[in-house]
Amino acid sequence: MANVPEDLHYSKDHEWVRVEGDAAVIGITDYAQDSLGDVVYVELPKPGDEFAPSESFGSVESVKAVSEVFTPVSGKVVAINESLADEPESVNSDPYGTGWMIKVQMSNPGEVDSLLTAAEYEDFTKAERE
Amino acid sequence: MVINVTSPAPQLKQTPLNRVHRQLGGKMVDFGGWDMPVQYPAGTIEEHLRTRNHSGLFDVSHMGEIDVKGSDAITFVNRITSNDVTKLIDGQAQYSALTTPDGTVIDDLLVYRFAADHLFLVVNAGTTEKDWEWIRSHHAGESVELKNVSTEYCQIALQGPEALSILQQLTHVPLNDIKYYHFTTGTVDGVESIISRTGYTGEDGFEVYAAAEKGEQLWNKMLEVGKVGTETGVLPCGLAARNTLRLEAGMSLYGHEIDETTTLLEANLGWICKLDKGEFIGREKLAQQKEAGLKRRLVGFEITERGIARDDQEVVIGDQRVGKVTSGSPAPYLKKNIGFAYVPAEFAAVGGEIKIDVRGRLVGAQIVKTPFYKRAR
Repeated sequence: MANVPEDLHYSKDHEWVRVEGDAAVIGITDYAQDSLGDVVYVELPKPGDEFAPSESFGSVESVKAVSEVFTPVSGKVVAINESLADEPESVNSDPYGTGWMIKVQMSNPGEVDSLLTAAEYEDFTKAERE
Repeated sequence: MVINVTSPAPQLKQTPLNRVHRQLGGKMVDFGGWDMPVQYPAGTIEEHLRTRNHSGLFDVSHMGEIDVKGSDAITFVNRITSNDVTKLIDGQAQYSALTTPDGTVIDDLLVYRFAADHLFLVVNAGTTEKDWEWIRSHHAGESVELKNVSTEYCQIALQGPEALSILQQLTHVPLNDIKYYHFTTGTVDGVESIISRTGYTGEDGFEVYAAAEKGEQLWNKMLEVGKVGTETGVLPCGLAARNTLRLEAGMSLYGHEIDETTTLLEANLGWICKLDKGEFIGREKLAQQKEAGLKRRLVGFEITERGIARDDQEVVIGDQRVGKVTSGSPAPYLKKNIGFAYVPAEFAAVGGEIKIDVRGRLVGAQIVKTPFYKRAR
């Protein structure tokens, strides 16, 4: 069963958000990485890029397919996980840790409230599988 | 990100190993109407590498089989396929194609010769029904009996440098005496089988055909003697690894490199076009095309910048969109991003620089010799 940490917020596009003050760290969920398979390439934006909510900020490629990733919240990118250039497999092995993707300065922290809780996300993926 | 969820669709066809795939945790997808494992928990890269370095086991029971019996078996099959069936001896198999009058491809296939009056055709899963109709409709009075026996067989491919030593534990047939692209009949774990030294991975290996209801027994036994679960033991492999393995090995996949719009010559399959063997469907057009010269060609390429080419992306040379990628993927063993594409013949030389339009970004690539990967012998 996919791991869904309690303390994170989730989008219906299978991204997670960890709130750190006004900043949000963003990655893809365990369920998402499992669906994707072996990640071989991650394309990320540059620090300073700004995104609206649900905007594509990059892509994750597995052997088999490429998937866009979307910003669950709006804001300006303040950091990207540069280690993914050499170790994209971190997205598979540690999606909520070393596999994080970007950190944004949120322009509207209230947006977090409209995201799913861990329990809601779990129900959502269950329903999606059925 | 967007996830394509495939819910178990009852209308999908299942191979005799469907239950086993689910037990093994295979991720099931709809593959041309078949419910097939795209990968198992080990993942595509590990499955691919294990097959190159040790061994991998593939369920290919979805492939179709057509039996051709009768005194005109060779004459008939020789007329509807491009390779020369008269060159086969008993116990030998041949890569060939069913061709249209235009020299394009209905399907690629293996032709097995059991006897002068008994051939066995192995065709692609997604095209089995089409092929069957095509073959029947092109039967023109030859004395042959045609039978679509696809559902009667399971087909299991054991591939990799250790395939022989694993399979040898299950049979008295001296496997090393079977030459590449040859086959024999015998028992595997007591089950009457066709044992064929063929495959779709670029490795040594075998494809075993047996009665459908024996599929689970054979599969499980091969995993067992292949020491599944150990670090170097056999791994069950899904369709994704099957695809990356064949791509590295430079083999065509029907619906990608070849279809009813591509001729065999364009697809670099001139070596299975025996234009002087006598009349066959498409021969005239192929001979004309050979004479006139090709307008486009299938080439292999290697990406030289960051990025991965994918199927159907466009090939750009200068400011011209000149062709399309037929298969594009990371190559797990070579650790490169590679692919096949059609390009105008004047740009097809090895060493040529092309660009691939990867979702709006032009990524550099170089045309290289194929196969991309060739095993040491």
